[in-house]
Amino acid sequence: MTTLFDPLLVTVLLLNLYALGASRMRAVIGATALQGVCLGILAIAAHSEIDAEVIAVAVVAVGLKAIVIPRLLYKAMRDVAIERDVEPLIGLIPSLLIGALGTVFSVIFSQTLPLAPSMQGSLVLPSSFATVLTGCVVLTTRRKAITQVVGYLILENGIFIMGLSLLDAMPFMVEVGVLLDLFVAIFVMGIIINHVSREFASTDAAELASLKEE
Amino acid sequence: MTGCLIAVAVLVGSAAVALFAGRRSRASSAIAAIGCIVAAGFALPDAIVALAGAGPVEVAVTWAPPIETLRLGLDPLSAFFIVPLVLLGAVCGVYGAFYLDDQRERRWLAAPACFYNLLVASMLVVLISRDAIGFVIAWELMTLASYFLVVFDHEQLEVRRAGFVYLVASHVGVACVLSSFLLLGDNGFAFADMLAHPVAGSTAVAAAVLGLIGFGVKAGIVPLHVWLPEAHAAAPSHVSALMSGVMIKLGIYGILRTITLVGPALPWGPVFLGLGVVGALVGISLAIYQRDLKRALAYSSVENIGIILIGLGVGLWAAANGYPQIAALGLCGGLFHVWNHVIMKGLMFLGAGSLLHGAGTRDLEQMGGLIKPMPRTGALLFVGTLAISALPPLNGFASEWLIYLGLARGGTEGSPGAGLLLLFAVAAMATVGVLAVLCFVRIIGMALLGQPRSEASRDAHESGRGLVVPMLVLATAAIAMPFVLPLIVGSLDPVIAELTPTAVPQGAVTAALEPLAILGIVLWAGCIAVFLLVRRLARRRRAAETWGCGYVAPSSRMQYSGASFAEGIHRLLPTALRARIVAQQSTDLFPAPGQMSADRQDPFTRAAYEPMLDRGARRFGQLRWVQQGLLHLYILYVVLAVVVVITIVSIRDYWVLP
Amino acid sequence: MTILDVVEIVVKAIIILVFPPFLLGVIARTKAVFAGRVGPPLLQPYYDLIKLFAKDSVISRTTTWVFLAGPAVALVGAVVAATLVPVGNDRAIWAFQGDFIALAYVLGLSRYFTMAAALDTGSSFEGMGAAREATFACLAEPAFILGLLAIARATGSLSLSGFLGAPIAHVWSVAGASLVLVAGGLLLVLLAENSRIPVDDPNTHLELTMIHEVMVLDHGGPPFGVILYGAAIKLFVFVSLLVRIVLPFDHPAWLVWTTFFAGQIAIAVVIGVIESVMARLRMPYVPALLLSGCLFCALAIVLLVR
Repeated sequence: MTTLFDPLLVTVLLLNLYALGASRMRAVIGATALQGVCLGILAIAAHSEIDAEVIAVAVVAVGLKAIVIPRLLYKAMRDVAIERDVEPLIGLIPSLLIGALGTVFSVIFSQTLPLAPSMQGSLVLPSSFATVLTGCVVLTTRRKAITQVVGYLILENGIFIMGLSLLDAMPFMVEVGVLLDLFVAIFVMGIIINHVSREFASTDAAELASLKEE
Repeated sequence: MTGCLIAVAVLVGSAAVALFAGRRSRASSAIAAIGCIVAAGFALPDAIVALAGAGPVEVAVTWAPPIETLRLGLDPLSAFFIVPLVLLGAVCGVYGAFYLDDQRERRWLAAPACFYNLLVASMLVVLISRDAIGFVIAWELMTLASYFLVVFDHEQLEVRRAGFVYLVASHVGVACVLSSFLLLGDNGFAFADMLAHPVAGSTAVAAAVLGLIGFGVKAGIVPLHVWLPEAHAAAPSHVSALMSGVMIKLGIYGILRTITLVGPALPWGPVFLGLGVVGALVGISLAIYQRDLKRALAYSSVENIGIILIGLGVGLWAAANGYPQIAALGLCGGLFHVWNHVIMKGLMFLGAGSLLHGAGTRDLEQMGGLIKPMPRTGALLFVGTLAISALPPLNGFASEWLIYLGLARGGTEGSPGAGLLLLFAVAAMATVGVLAVLCFVRIIGMALLGQPRSEASRDAHESGRGLVVPMLVLATAAIAMPFVLPLIVGSLDPVIAELTPTAVPQGAVTAALEPLAILGIVLWAGCIAVFLLVRRLARRRRAAETWGCGYVAPSSRMQYSGASFAEGIHRLLPTALRARIVAQQSTDLFPAPGQMSADRQDPFTRAAYEPMLDRGARRFGQLRWVQQGLLHLYILYVVLAVVVVITIVSIRDYWVLP
Repeated sequence: MTILDVVEIVVKAIIILVFPPFLLGVIARTKAVFAGRVGPPLLQPYYDLIKLFAKDSVISRTTTWVFLAGPAVALVGAVVAATLVPVGNDRAIWAFQGDFIALAYVLGLSRYFTMAAALDTGSSFEGMGAAREATFACLAEPAFILGLLAIARATGSLSLSGFLGAPIAHVWSVAGASLVLVAGGLLLVLLAENSRIPVDDPNTHLELTMIHEVMVLDHGGPPFGVILYGAAIKLFVFVSLLVRIVLPFDHPAWLVWTTFFAGQIAIAVVIGVIESVMARLRMPYVPALLLSGCLFCALAIVLLVR
C-alpha cells in the first residue's frame, strides 16, 4: 500500500511546520495528536501482510499518541492553569524558518546515505529526520514545560517513522517496547510537571537556572 | 579451574547474603568472613595444582552481547598470585569482622562486609581472566569495591579526599591499561590471540610503556604512588592490609602479564632496576618522618615494591644477557618477596589496627608504652617489624637475600659497566635496609616502648582473640617461611618459564637458601638461650626509676619523640624529599612563645601534581561560560553536535570520497 | 670433616669467646701510655666482666622484656658475626656465598635490639643515643658493603673466607691503590660502628655527647657485662676483617696465625693512637666523615671495575 505512504509522510511534514508555527497550546497538542493518527495508518500501510499483530500495534500506537497522551496533556493544562499561549524564545516565524531549513537538511542528508535501492526514493528517512529535528527545535526554543513534553512527543514520532523504514529488521517486541517507553516517559513527565509547578509556582524552564555554577 | 570459579561464586554469593542480612550486622560480617574462608578452601587446591606444573587451563563462559564470551583460565603466573590473595583475604576477612564489631550500633556493617567479599572476588577474577575485556571489567570492579571500603569513615574530610584521589589515580591507570590492551589487541582481545600475534616495533614499546604506567599506578611505583599513602591510611585496617598486601601486587601481576604479552625483547631489566632503586629509596625516606602509623606503613609498601622490582629487574636482565643462575636468584627473590611482603605487610597493618583499636589513635606522638597493656599485640608487632626490616631469621631477609645474591653475583661476574651499576644497586639496597631498620625501630619505640604520651594510651586495652589470632597466623607464617622456602622453590619454575624464554636452573636458589635455614636455627636457638641466661644472671634485681640525670620530675613528654628520632636522618635527606617545616623561634635571651608547623605531604604531590592540576583547573575554569544552567541550552548543545557530525560525515562520504 | 677440622673449629670458637676483651685492654693501655700514665693492666676488661657478672641489677620500672633482650641479641649477633669472619687462618668457622651480607644483617639485628632496649627505658637520653646510632648506621652500612663488594669484585668470590686471604694477596699486587682506599673506608666504619673517637668518645661522662654509651645508660650489672662482652666481640669482628685485608699471608700456617694476632694488637694500638691524638668530631661533622668513607669505597670499586 505504498501509494498511501507519500501523502501520509507529507502530511506529517506539514504537521511539523504547523506545530512550530502555532501560537496556541491546544493547536500544538492537536497537531501532535493528528501526527499520531497518521503514524498509526502508516504502521498498517508499511506491512505487506496485515495480520492481528500489525493491527494491534497500530491500534495501540493511535490510542497512545492520538488519544491518551493528548488527553493527559489537556488535563495537565487545566490542573496547572497554564496560560493558553505558547511562549517561544525566538519567535514563531524564525521557528518556522528553522523547521523548514531542517526539512531541507534532512532531505539532502538522506540522499547522501548508502541506502538499499528500494528505499532510495522514499520519503521515510527525510521525514523521520525532519520530525526529529522539529522535536529538538520545539524542545530548545519553548519555555513552558508542557511544550517540552510535546517536543519530546514529536521526537518520538520521528523515531517511530524511522522504525518503519527498518521494518524487516525490527521485531515486533521492539515496536511495542518503543511505545511502552513513550507511555512511561510521558507519565513520568506529567508527575514531574505537577510537582515542579507546586514547588516553584512556575513551570517556566528558563527560570530553573540555579544549576549554574558560581 | 572449577575450584576458582566456585570460589568466585561463593564470594559473590556471601556478599549478597551479607548485604541482605543487613539488619543484624554481626550476622552479615560473620557470613562474609565465612565466605572468604570457604572460597580460600576452594581456590587454593586449584592454584597449588597449577603451580605444581599442570598445564594452563582455559574455560569460555558465554555472556551477553557485545562481549559474547569471557575467557577464564589458570596459568602458573595467576596461580602464584592467587595463593596469597585467598589466604590473606580469609585472614583479613576474619579480622575485619571482629575489628568493626564494636561499631555495629552506629553503623551499617553489612556494606563493608559485602564490598570486602566483592573486592576479593573481583581480584580473583582479574587473576583468572584470559582476555583483556574481562580483565578490565574485573579491574574496574576491584577499584570501585575498594573505593567504597576506603571511604568507610566518610564523615572525615581527609578520608573523602583520600578516596577521591584514589579514584582519580586508579582511573588514570585503567585508561593507560586499556590503551595498552587496545594496542596489543589487533587480532582479538583474548590473551591467547595476543600471544599468537605478537606486536613489534614502536607499537610494542608504546604498549609496554602504557602497561607499565597503568599497572604502575596500582602497584605504587614512584612517581605514580601518591594515592597510596592517602588511601591506605584512610581505609579501615583490615582493608589497608588487603590493599597493601595483595592489591598492589596485582599491579605487579599486570606488569608481568604485559611482559608475557609484549615479549621479553624490550629492556625490562634495566628499567625495573632503575625504578626499583628509586622507588625503594624514596619510599623508605618518606616513611621515616611520618607521624601517622598507617602512612608510614604505606610508604614502606612503596619501598618493598621497589625491592620486588629490583629483584625482577636483575633477574630479567640476567636472563636476557646469558646469566641463568643470576636470573634464577633475581626472579625467585623478587617473586618470593611478593609472598613475603603479603605476610609482613598484612601483619603490620593488622597490628596497627589492633593498636588503633586499643589506644584509639594512629598518631605515633600520642602512643607510647603500649606493650604493657597490649603484650600479645606488642610481641606480634615485634615479629612483624623484624620481618619487614629484612632482619634474619625472618622471612623478609630470605627473599632480600636472594636478590642481594643476584645483584652481587651480577656485580662480580658481569661486564664492567653493568657490574658497576649492580654493585651500586647492592649498596643502595643496603642503605634501604638500614633506613628500614631505623623506620621500624622508631615505630616500635614510639608506639610500644617507653611511657604513654597521652591519656588514650594510658587507658589502652588489649584486643580480643578475634584480632590477635589472625595476626598470630601471619606471624607464624613469617617465622616459618625461611624454612619452607627451600622446599617450594620448584613451584616457581613454571612461573619463571612464562617470563623468560631461556631456561633457568633452580639449583642456585636452593643452594643459596640452605645456609639461611641454618642461620635461622642458630639465631633462634642462640637468642632464646642467651635471653634466658641474661634473665637468670639478672635475677637478683631491684626496681627503680629510669635514670634521669638527677632530674626529679620526669614526665612522659620528655621522652624522645618520633620527630626527634627521625631528625638526624631527616636533615641528611635531599631537600626535595623533606617535610616542610616552618618554625618561629624567639631570638631573645628569655623564653617566649614560638610556633612550628610541619607539612608532611607527599613531596611529589606538593611539587608536581598539585601545581600541575591547579594550572589545569584554572585553564578549564575559563570554559565555565558554557555551563549556564539552562535546560534549553543543553539540549541545543546536543542537537548542534548531532547536526554538525551528520554534516561532516555526509560531506566526507558523499562529496569527498565518491 | 676430619678431626683436624673439628679441632680447628673448636680452637677458633675459643679464640672468639676469649680473646676480644684483650683488645679493649690494649687500647686502654695505649691511650694511657700516650698520656704519660701507667694505665690499667692489660687484662683489666676481664676483671671488669667478672666484677659485673657478680653484681646485682637495678632495672627500671618502665622497661619490659625488651630491656634484657637487647643485650642478649646483641651478644648472639656479635658471636654469629664472628663465626663468619676468618679467624687465625683465612677460613672462618662457617662460610657460604654472600656471607658478608649476612654479616652486615646479623649486626643489624643486634643494632635493632640494642636500639629497642634503649627506647624501652622511656628516657630522653637513651632515645637520643638510639637516634644518633641509627643515623650514623645509615651512612656506615653502605660504606661497609661497598668496601667488601670492591674486594669481592677484585677477587671474584662472594664469601669472606674466599676473598680474604690468598686471593687478596694477588689483588694487592695488581690494584693496591684500591685496597688502600678500601682499608681506609673500613677503618672509618670500624671507628663508627664501635663508637671510637672521632665518632664517639667511650670515656666521656657527658650524656649529651655520647652515642653508644648513652644507649646503655640504664643497663647495669650482668646485663651491662653482656653488653660490654658483645661490644668487644663486635670490635674483634671488624679488626679481623681489617687484619686480613692488610696482612694477607696465607702460608705457612705459623706465619698466618702469628700475623693474625700481631695484626689485631697492632690495629688496637692504632685505634688507641687515633683516640689519643684526635678529639671527638662535632656531631654535625660525623656524617661528612662517614660519607667520605663511602666515597673511598665507591672510588675503590670504580677503580677496580675499570
